[in-house]
Amino acid sequence: MRFSGAIAAVLLIANTGFAAEIPQAERRSGHDFMKPDTKAMQDEDTANPGMLWVLDGEALWKRKQGAANKACADCHDDARTSMKGVANNYPAFDKTTGRPIDLEQRINSCRSNHQQATPLPFESRELLALTAFIARQSQGARIETGSDPQLAPFIAKGRELYLQRQGQLNLSCANCHDDNWDKRLAGSAITQGHPTGYPLYRLEWQSLGSLQRRLRACITGIRAQAYDYGAPELVELELYLMSRARGMPLEAPAVRP
Amino acid sequence: MASALINVPAKAKRGDIIEIKTLMSHIMETGYRHMASGEVVPRDIITSFTCRFNGSEIFRADLFPAIAANPFITFFTTATESGKFEFEWTGDQGFSETASASISVE
Repeated sequence: MRFSGAIAAVLLIANTGFAAEIPQAERRSGHDFMKPDTKAMQDEDTANPGMLWVLDGEALWKRKQGAANKACADCHDDARTSMKGVANNYPAFDKTTGRPIDLEQRINSCRSNHQQATPLPFESRELLALTAFIARQSQGARIETGSDPQLAPFIAKGRELYLQRQGQLNLSCANCHDDNWDKRLAGSAITQGHPTGYPLYRLEWQSLGSLQRRLRACITGIRAQAYDYGAPELVELELYLMSRARGMPLEAPAVRP
Repeated sequence: MASALINVPAKAKRGDIIEIKTLMSHIMETGYRHMASGEVVPRDIITSFTCRFNGSEIFRADLFPAIAANPFITFFTTATESGKFEFEWTGDQGFSETASASISVE
């Protein structure tokens, strides 16, 4: 009897506090959790290694590509004006597929449809560079992802996945990023999981990486099978997280440890 | 697509101590890693960085495999006269990149 009582108590503890959402006033960017030297690295353009990709992206923006022999700039002109306020709205609803797509997928759909060029592989230097260059134009802008009502069912799906326990460790995203964000996992801060700075430079990766890469790493960390790059589940999760961070300023390209 | 980011103050007073910051795009592959097939990934690092001011060398650094990708090198110097800083990175597999920045000293 005593033994089963203990089990019931453990179950009770495991169930309490589940999915306690973070109040608006307590939301914090990953930047807030970093040491001063890493913050300084992100905050200064000539010290932020993500800016190397932005420079490459600027060159690619003007380069003619594909059978159409068109550059991004041929349609979109100066990215400084045309791409301002774009990245802070992604993932966005795509009319042709009837689904949300992220910024990387938007760039690739532009490549195949308008430049008649082959899509760039996920995490390739070129795709990250173009994404970083476009995202940089909205640095400081408030995240507005999810304002389109057509996205509502997909945000709900993303949220479901966020709350779903999975993997051999049987953890959901919420178990760490909603319930334990004020604690540490080994030596590292558990953040609130607001994707405000993607694509971002992770010191651990020694490279720029996308939000999908980050999500796949987290999913592998809880010992679940990670979704493939571009999988609808990953995009829905990206969409939910970005809509959860609505109102926070975009930092791309950020630096994280 | 190698590129460099340089931060040199545009103006300084004679005798001021100024900080120079450089960031170079490079993978800095150590030469100690193996591919899935067991082959060693060949070493590909920057081995040397130099800074010249109006032709004379004022700073030099040797780089080694333990240095992280995209090396960020900063150093201090005294502003003596107006002129041009020239930066040069050289490394494995014929890597060679240059950049420059000017300063006016009053």
